[in-house]
Amino acid sequence: MIGTGTFWAVTVLLGLGTFLIRYSFLGLVSPERLSPRVQVYLRYVGVAILPAMVVPMVLWPAASGGTTDWARLVAALFAFAAARRFGPAPAIVVGMGALWLVGAIFG
Amino acid sequence: MAEDHGSPRAALRRGFFDGLPFLAVIVPFSLLFGVVARDAGLDVLQVFAMSAIVIAGAAQFTALGLMQDGAPVLVVVLAALVVNLRMAMYSAAMVPHVGSAPRWQKMLLAYSMVDVAFGASVAEYDRRPAMTVAEKMGYYFGNVLSVCPVWYGCTVIGALLGRAIPASLSPDFAVPVCFIALLAPMLRSLPHLVAAGVSVVGALVFAGVPWNLGLLLAAGCAMAAGAQTEIALARRAATR
Repeated sequence: MIGTGTFWAVTVLLGLGTFLIRYSFLGLVSPERLSPRVQVYLRYVGVAILPAMVVPMVLWPAASGGTTDWARLVAALFAFAAARRFGPAPAIVVGMGALWLVGAIFG
Repeated sequence: MAEDHGSPRAALRRGFFDGLPFLAVIVPFSLLFGVVARDAGLDVLQVFAMSAIVIAGAAQFTALGLMQDGAPVLVVVLAALVVNLRMAMYSAAMVPHVGSAPRWQKMLLAYSMVDVAFGASVAEYDRRPAMTVAEKMGYYFGNVLSVCPVWYGCTVIGALLGRAIPASLSPDFAVPVCFIALLAPMLRSLPHLVAAGVSVVGALVFAGVPWNLGLLLAAGCAMAAGAQTEIALARRAATR
């Protein structure tokens, strides 16, 4: 059981802290002050973070207790190929579909 | 380019429709949060408040788990904030695009910054470098409008029904699949491929780093690798 006081303290502080993290650079730095070099670096934020988030979720999924599930690995590769070829929406359909299909056949 | 999509409203509409596929991750994740939060003893108002105030799924799950374990408030908050630290990088990456927008818009953007909206938006900004600041904001908020209301709504539905998407459908897998769907179109040049490759290797190398900080280490290395590759390629092209 989570106490009411604890809950609201956590929610308000977490909301505030999360907002400050999200607002940090947007609020403090004006675009003119960014050197061209820094702007080059910032172009790679998305492509630098997403793979590092995906890798553990595919290789060591919590749903299988952190052990590698080959079906997920294969489905992730299919999703990637579909995303390259057809774009985001088909990638999601193909990725989930591949996992269900492999599960239905070999599960 | 003679493509005429040149109004913030058109950008907003495009952002909205581009966000819709990612409901594939928003819906199961938010339903699950509602269910888990109710099982942890929160009432519906509390579930809604947490989703609306924080809007950060992974951090909410972290906070919930620690509160259930009876961890002190400060520990819960710090642990959950570490999960959100990557968003400081998102914030920085948005500065060149929308840094000159009005403050209230930037505050609203910061409040609603989720992985999906950030990823879809920077991919779009890359594709259409001619977008104005107003169009960029329009696209971003269009994206947010398609995912955030569903995020609030489905956490409440999850809490009310007490039922999530059955585990047999592997709804958890929607998270990496959606991130892959965001990522793949971003790999448009050699520096992008280098950055993604280093990110993968970094995730493996730093997998043991506690507190989710391996992610930031991997991302930092990957960002530097991508940028340095771009700079080296530009230098080589210049001297040739």
